[in-house]
Amino acid sequence: MANPFEYNGSAVVGMIGSGCVAIAADRRLGIQGQTIATTFDKIYPMNESLYIGFYGLATDALTVSSRLKYQLNLYQLRENRQIKPKAFMHMTSNLLYSKRFGYYFVEPVIAGLDPVTKDPYIATMDLIGCPMETKDFVVVGTCSEQLYGMCESLWKPDLEPEDLFETISQALMNAVDRDALSGWGAIVHVIEKDKVTTRTLKARMD
Amino acid sequence: MASVLADKYCSKSLRGILMDGECGPGHEYNYQPLNNSFTVPPGIDPHHFVSPFMSDSSDCKIKFNHGTTTLAFKFQHGVIVAVDSRATAGSYIASQTVKKVIEINPYLLGTMAGGAADCAYWERQLSFECRIYELRNKERISVAAASKLLANMVSYYKGYGLSMGTMICGWDKKGPGIYYVDTDGNRFTNNIFSVGSGSTYAYGVIDSTYKWSMSIEEARELGKRAIYHATYRDSYSGGVVNLYHVQEDGWTKVSQTDVKSLHYQYEEEKNKEIINNEEL
Repeated sequence: MANPFEYNGSAVVGMIGSGCVAIAADRRLGIQGQTIATTFDKIYPMNESLYIGFYGLATDALTVSSRLKYQLNLYQLRENRQIKPKAFMHMTSNLLYSKRFGYYFVEPVIAGLDPVTKDPYIATMDLIGCPMETKDFVVVGTCSEQLYGMCESLWKPDLEPEDLFETISQALMNAVDRDALSGWGAIVHVIEKDKVTTRTLKARMD
Repeated sequence: MASVLADKYCSKSLRGILMDGECGPGHEYNYQPLNNSFTVPPGIDPHHFVSPFMSDSSDCKIKFNHGTTTLAFKFQHGVIVAVDSRATAGSYIASQTVKKVIEINPYLLGTMAGGAADCAYWERQLSFECRIYELRNKERISVAAASKLLANMVSYYKGYGLSMGTMICGWDKKGPGIYYVDTDGNRFTNNIFSVGSGSTYAYGVIDSTYKWSMSIEEARELGKRAIYHATYRDSYSGGVVNLYHVQEDGWTKVSQTDVKSLHYQYEEEKNKEIINNEEL
């Protein structure tokens, strides 16, 4: 196995809008060049307004997501309140760093709204939990160069939910169309203070 | 120029390969390798020089246009040739609009898999050799002879790092013809061939419904469908399906279809079938 990050193929983007955030991912699960499934979920809901998506080895993404959900449930039971996105980011970072010398081959993207202030939040980190918080967008994936190019040219500050959906969709779809290992459909979640809109995109299937 | 040609094509070279029986009766044909036209690294054996750039474990491997799906099959009404159009360098999609069918002359087609430059160069060279053959013999070259010319040309450079897997398709006195030729020196003929990273998927589709007695419509649809399914499962194939049909009077380009529209067309047909079955 050459590179665990390029074994299954994936692309995940997070973007901030005006009072909203969006997180989107492709839907391919492959084993190197062979496409196994085209309806594979890479984004996991953690609570009503908090999502996490993973780039990297799919089996590790599954493990990390369920361990996080377990820790998060304990946290929310103990505190009797919803977690703040930033606290959840630190929880994820700590989990990844706990495997500092034998890591999970994943890079997460976290997107959510603060449960109290409703402030939008996005973050990403490397495989051992070094956090990166931004005010515009975060990208990870086998086509991260393409994603950076698309996001740098399409993203604008203060996008309304519908415009944010269009922007993140165009950015993701056009990036994966230049990557052999990701694509085959996409899913987009737009998180607003009172609702989450989830859409699947009609994409190229090659 | 004439004397150069005469010199090159009439003298018997030690390396020349006799085309026994395959060039028409009573004719001998020698292939004279273009011995001095490629510069090689000075003081180094070319075989030795290229090997570090060709191995998978190399840090500085030369990235060729590797991923591909190409297919060709014979049936009662000629030869169907269908190919995808994606070029990749590693996992990066370098192009979605590559022409992988090389039109050698109005009766011969070649397909492109492996190194794009190698295929393009040697099949262009082949078209030149075929034209020379026509002028010398006053008749068209057979598919067998043309493919053997190509096989002889590339096998002269065996071990030099050439990379191509091609199907030479055409129509001659014997009817429809397909020959598979690659840079390892292989040359075969058969009714069905598929070459490239997506070839296994394409074979699966062709084998499921292929019949010699297919109609033209059925055969063209089968070729298109096989490439589509290969592009769906194989990451390194995609773009458009280029479809050619070779008949007695030469080849015609039948269609060029984006696989995105094919996917949603087949999807719709599947859904219709499900609805019909439920109604029954």
